Amino acid sequence: MAEPHYDERDYDVIVIGAGGAGIRAAIEAKGQGARTALVCKSLFGKAHTVMAEGGIAAALRNVWKEDGWDVHFRDTMRGGKLLNNWRMAQIHAQEAPDRVLELEEWGALFDRTSDGLILQRDFGGHRYARLAHVGDRTGLEMIRTLQNRATELGIDVLMECTMQRILMDDGHVAGAFGYWRQTGRFVLLHAKAIVLATGGAGRAWRVTSNSWEYSGDGLRMALDAGADLMDMEFVQFHPTGMVWPLSVRGLLVTEGVRGDGGTLRNKDGERFMFRYIPEFFRAETADNEAEADRWYENKANNRRTPDLLPRDEVARAINAEVKAGRGSPHGGVFLDIASRRAPDFIQKRLPSMYHQFKELADIDITKEPMEIGPTCHYFMGGIRVDADTTATTVAGLFAAGECAAGLHGANRLGGNSLSDLVVFGRRAGLHAAQFAAARRAPGAVDKAELDAAATRMLVPVERSDGEDPYAIQNDLQGTMQDLVGLIRSASELEEALRRLASYQERLDRVGVRGGVRYNPAWNLALDLRSMLTVSEIVARAASTRTESRGGHTREDFPKTDPEWGKRNVVIRRKDGALDVSIEALPEMPADLRGVVGEQPHPKEHQGAVESTQPAGLGAR
Amino acid sequence: MTVETTPKEVTLRVWRGEDRGSGAFVDYQVPVDPGMVVLDVLFRVQAMRAPDLAVRWNCKAGKCGSCSAEVNGRPRLMCMTRLSGLPLGDPIVIAPMATFPLVRDLVTDVSFNFEKAKTIPAFKPAPPGPDGTRRMYQEEVERVQEFHKCIECFLCQNVCHVIRDHEENKEAFSGPRFFVKLAALEMHPLDTNDRLELIRMKDGLGFCNITKCCTEVCPEDIHITDNAIIPLKERIVTQYYDPLAWVKRRIFGREESTRGRADRGA
Repeated sequence: MAEPHYDERDYDVIVIGAGGAGIRAAIEAKGQGARTALVCKSLFGKAHTVMAEGGIAAALRNVWKEDGWDVHFRDTMRGGKLLNNWRMAQIHAQEAPDRVLELEEWGALFDRTSDGLILQRDFGGHRYARLAHVGDRTGLEMIRTLQNRATELGIDVLMECTMQRILMDDGHVAGAFGYWRQTGRFVLLHAKAIVLATGGAGRAWRVTSNSWEYSGDGLRMALDAGADLMDMEFVQFHPTGMVWPLSVRGLLVTEGVRGDGGTLRNKDGERFMFRYIPEFFRAETADNEAEADRWYENKANNRRTPDLLPRDEVARAINAEVKAGRGSPHGGVFLDIASRRAPDFIQKRLPSMYHQFKELADIDITKEPMEIGPTCHYFMGGIRVDADTTATTVAGLFAAGECAAGLHGANRLGGNSLSDLVVFGRRAGLHAAQFAAARRAPGAVDKAELDAAATRMLVPVERSDGEDPYAIQNDLQGTMQDLVGLIRSASELEEALRRLASYQERLDRVGVRGGVRYNPAWNLALDLRSMLTVSEIVARAASTRTESRGGHTREDFPKTDPEWGKRNVVIRRKDGALDVSIEALPEMPADLRGVVGEQPHPKEHQGAVESTQPAGLGAR
Repeated sequence: MTVETTPKEVTLRVWRGEDRGSGAFVDYQVPVDPGMVVLDVLFRVQAMRAPDLAVRWNCKAGKCGSCSAEVNGRPRLMCMTRLSGLPLGDPIVIAPMATFPLVRDLVTDVSFNFEKAKTIPAFKPAPPGPDGTRRMYQEEVERVQEFHKCIECFLCQNVCHVIRDHEENKEAFSGPRFFVKLAALEMHPLDTNDRLELIRMKDGLGFCNITKCCTEVCPEDIHITDNAIIPLKERIVTQYYDPLAWVKRRIFGREESTRGRADRGA
């Protein structure tokens, strides 16, 4: 292609990413009168939100009148080990109920209470049954509802369109540049404001619940445009992914299984979670099976089952059990609902889990326990944003959903992602539209810069005997899985960084055949640039934080350090190189500090140290 | 757990090409492991034999509906089609969906569906109750929740002979996926919009002669024909061909005539 020919379009606001946050942002921007485009890497309605299972957290108070935004706020902060941006956590807890009711207004049909209101279910780390849900397919209901609304509003949806670069003019965003997957043709979108809603980069791990799309494009584009990335060391490993057969390893098993009464057991049949209750949660967690089982029915007089501790705690406990030799045959532990709930209850509450195990593993979950283990699931870290407006540090660039940092701190509670998407998606769309309205003309685009970018993107297709992108991806996934996983150490992180540098060299020589028309090898070669950049940032951030907290566990620094509890690790590009800085966490006002309670105990980060002990010594 | 006996290698016979005239099936022999689904084997083909093989997929868990294709002639989600359920002595034949224009290899242009979606009048809720809430009961939402299970894999659209064999019908026929969507809207306890005239004319419900092909291929087991299409046909009959209902409708509006009756009848 000698003379690149661009498909050129002009908008006020473009939203990149069409999961829950992106669609909600586009709906809001369009509602504000902005000429809005919604860019999807896949087909519309297929983004990762569609896979969310358990529910959307909001203190609707339909099931427990004792609930309220302050309790939700407290649970979110404590689940995040107090590293959350307090203002985001406050906005989230206060606005989530309205956003859920808005989905109902747009046609969503949540499961109902006996008096006709939205039913709420129990989930890890939530004091009260708080998750509005539709069986175990809540994400599908949510994305389809938002999709229908966006279609009704006539928003321009650019499907199978991958953005590669944010274009800048005089310190402001001016547009974005990418390509159509179906034709390989380049796309130039002029815009006055851009919302990034591109999710995380979980595809860089081998055992993951994330699909091919999750390559961290938005994180890398934001970094390149000059934005800050924050808390990137915090990667959530969901405790319950499928482990067998290998073909489905990592596939998500909803926390709703435990919310609806399922329990974790080791190979001896022991409900081992009682041995892993950290000091920080001891006062609110049942220490015996009888109380834990009573809690499902009577929350006023019983404490929560340790099966529903926050995800980081449960994932480390499972890891410790497996390392201690008490795991299941395929390297996980057992998740048992069959012996605890009636078959028709299980089929009604967890239809897609029933279907998934039946079809893919020949397991009938109403009769047998499931085998599960941790799977890479979610990035707590991401683009640093202003709590109220979702503005990044780059003028005209906004971010919402998983790709934004702050709300979840060091660990996200289940159910808080779907609510995050709609609360901050709406705010992002609103403020992006307002920003665009205040700008008179779109910025100028440097065509020479575009031509150079297009030429670089085409290099792999012109090199037929280069490095194989699939082989690079395979090696990358092995490295991140083995060296930047649930438990980390300085030496392993160093080794990971060394290997990542070698993959970068290989990527510089990558080659594919077959042209640019729907060519997954070419698409992967381009995605790998984002995946490698983001992987390096995760490893750099992880080696910087010399403590263990939430989704970041250091074998060599197994304790939680109160000083680190006041700091965020921030990474930005400075003169072409990555610059790591340690910056102060915004301080919570005194009244909210009272709501949240005490700091995590220095010795309470459990599971990491147990893993090196022989069987039987893990108990505390 | 049953122990599966999978051979060490299988042959996939995969459609390759950018148009239906010049493309052809190509055989790929690759090693396989127990528990694999067809999509896993295609990933092996990409990694070992044909890196540029075009396949559309996302969740690999039967939840997003991206990886629709025709496996041994049957429309399926490739991520949910296990090798253990296929005869492995012969090549496994994998072809793109026939009803939609080919993009490349196994990927088709399904924009027909997204264009049809734009023509459907949206959900329009009744105002909230006196206490500010919208009360609906589990029994009444369950029927619609069945329709909301649709993952938009478009296998029902692909198998429907009204458009599979007759390109010219696409203009005036929305297809089973959108009959499900229309039924979901029409039966939503809070909806107040009226779409029956459109369903009759523009969406071409009359073309459907209830052969149930769509129901048979639905990976979500939605009873498309029995629970969506037939009740819609009944509503149309009631509204347009029952003179008493017609008069009532003129006097009382939709709630009294068609909606209440068809709801009770369905």
